Amino acid sequence: MENKISIKDLYISFFKIGLFTFGGGLAMIPMLEKEIVEKRHWCNEEEILNYYAVGQCTPGIIAVNTATFVGYKHRGIIGGIATTLGVISPSLIIITIIASFIKNFASLTIIQNALKGLGAGVCAIIIPSIIKMFNNSIKSIFLFILAVLSFISVEFFKVPVYLIVIFGIIAGLLYGKVRSNKNDLS
Amino acid sequence: MIYLRLFFEFFKTGLFAIGGGLATIPFLTEIGQKTGWYTMQELSNMIAISESTPGPMGINMATYVGFNVGGPLGSLVATIGEVSPSVIIIMLISKIIYKYKDNIYIKNAMAGIRAVCIGLIIYAFFNVFSSSVILLDRYVPGITSINSIIEIRRLIIFIFILICSFIFKKVHPVIWIATSAILGIILFSI
Repeated sequence: MENKISIKDLYISFFKIGLFTFGGGLAMIPMLEKEIVEKRHWCNEEEILNYYAVGQCTPGIIAVNTATFVGYKHRGIIGGIATTLGVISPSLIIITIIASFIKNFASLTIIQNALKGLGAGVCAIIIPSIIKMFNNSIKSIFLFILAVLSFISVEFFKVPVYLIVIFGIIAGLLYGKVRSNKNDLS
Repeated sequence: MIYLRLFFEFFKTGLFAIGGGLATIPFLTEIGQKTGWYTMQELSNMIAISESTPGPMGINMATYVGFNVGGPLGSLVATIGEVSPSVIIIMLISKIIYKYKDNIYIKNAMAGIRAVCIGLIIYAFFNVFSSSVILLDRYVPGITSINSIIEIRRLIIFIFILICSFIFKKVHPVIWIATSAILGIILFSI
């Protein structure tokens, strides 16, 4: 464990991330970068991508998996529970309110219009994050080819994600072995 | 006891649904059919709301279904049930990764995972892009016109936020998220 970060700070940061994630796991990436990497320095770029990558191929919600990783890294089991509770709290509060009072929420015109804007806006802010992640993790031609292969197999051949990840692990190990005189891929 | 059952059903969902919120939908369908807690019509309404409220979609769906079945306590039980398996699994994986973080095999395996993950993220990005900026998912060859795919207002918001986020790198993404919602409300009501 590194220098102590308070449980309260972990909870609050992930509360914020939960509150501003619209849609699936992808939408949380820019928030993770800003809150966890740039502002708090709780993880570096590479670690975040590790967490996100492992979170994609393990059971459960990607956002929760990533949150657990960050919390556990700094404060062990209690930290992992704090960040998880943080990321789910906004949902619990907001859904409870909406389910009790505004049953036609999703069909309200103002909400639909806001969502059209959100969809386009979130899509835009993901781009700088993806570029950053790309630059930080694709450091050789081999890794670039691996990324391209993974894209092609999921886009055109609908290969299940966990198989692609297993392929990534094997490819990484084999490549490391082949050029073991240089040892390190990363 | 309904809360116990709720916890168990969502624990199972959390344990077997790999790949995030969308992966839980088949499980939610099965729960509805098996228990009669909600109809498919109600489920699709709950999914729509989960997509349109803040918070990761998978969590929203568990919360909503739990609320419909057992009120506020139900929503808490279902959500905790859904996240428990992954919290346990991730902590175990974390332990291993940190223990062997300087091991060359773990390092190389992680470099491989990161590379394929970039491919997966770009794939996910194109999916989001083609359902929220240029509506390629509506495209049917020979039937749809270009006009029904390209909605100029979505494109304006996309380009505006993109330029802003490149110029003002220091600004928190929360600001851009709020701005794009406001722009949506303004532009689409004109």
